[in-house]
Amino acid sequence: MSGASGRGQGPDGIRVRIRLFASYAEAAGRDAIEVVLPAGAVAADALAVVRSQPWAGRLAPSPAVAVNQRYAKADVVLRDGDEVAVIPPVAGG
Amino acid sequence: MWAMSGWLTDRPIDVARLVADVASAGSGGTVVFVGTVRRSEADGDVEAIEYSAYEEMADAELGRIVDEARAQWPGVRIALQHRTGRVPLGEASVVIAAAAPHRAEAYAASRFLIEETKRRAPIWKKERLATGAGRWVEGRPGGG
Repeated sequence: MSGASGRGQGPDGIRVRIRLFASYAEAAGRDAIEVVLPAGAVAADALAVVRSQPWAGRLAPSPAVAVNQRYAKADVVLRDGDEVAVIPPVAGG
Repeated sequence: MWAMSGWLTDRPIDVARLVADVASAGSGGTVVFVGTVRRSEADGDVEAIEYSAYEEMADAELGRIVDEARAQWPGVRIALQHRTGRVPLGEASVVIAAAAPHRAEAYAASRFLIEETKRRAPIWKKERLATGAGRWVEGRPGGG
């Protein structure tokens, strides 16, 4: 995976790592999905990839999404090398 | 360093140490919140809670929450530790110490910190039952 200096996109699009946690990771049997999305893709597009998975029935109706470790709205534009996370309903504190 | 990171730890929380960390000559009141693993009537067979976290983001988000408290109540001194991993019944899962010149600010900051931690921190819990089975606890939606 390219480092911070690798921002931009190749001819094939942008590389994004989608991280899964807790009950979602358990349902998926994995804790990350590496995807290539078209340039200009937004957080909602990464979420759509997750929704296409066979275990997606476990997802909350509107799961929270984080991009590079900050909560993000669905229309946040993604960049090459971004880390997206689908956040199950939280239960800390 | 006994803490895994700034705000998370996988070891029992030293409450006295957190209180000492926020002590200062200017402090008139210190409020300590201790969140403990409990067993409700409905969950009679729970022995422990396993906390898991998106650690890099939990660290960042807890840092943001603490910064917001400091901005809202200037002069408040804050220490916060949240456990990850297995926490047995009765043990502390989160401890927040808030010290301020006057108790009103310490109480207000303490309340803010626990409410925001519960609302935003990417941390999850799984009940571990006496049978050895695990059961995810339904969380709160939202987050950011």
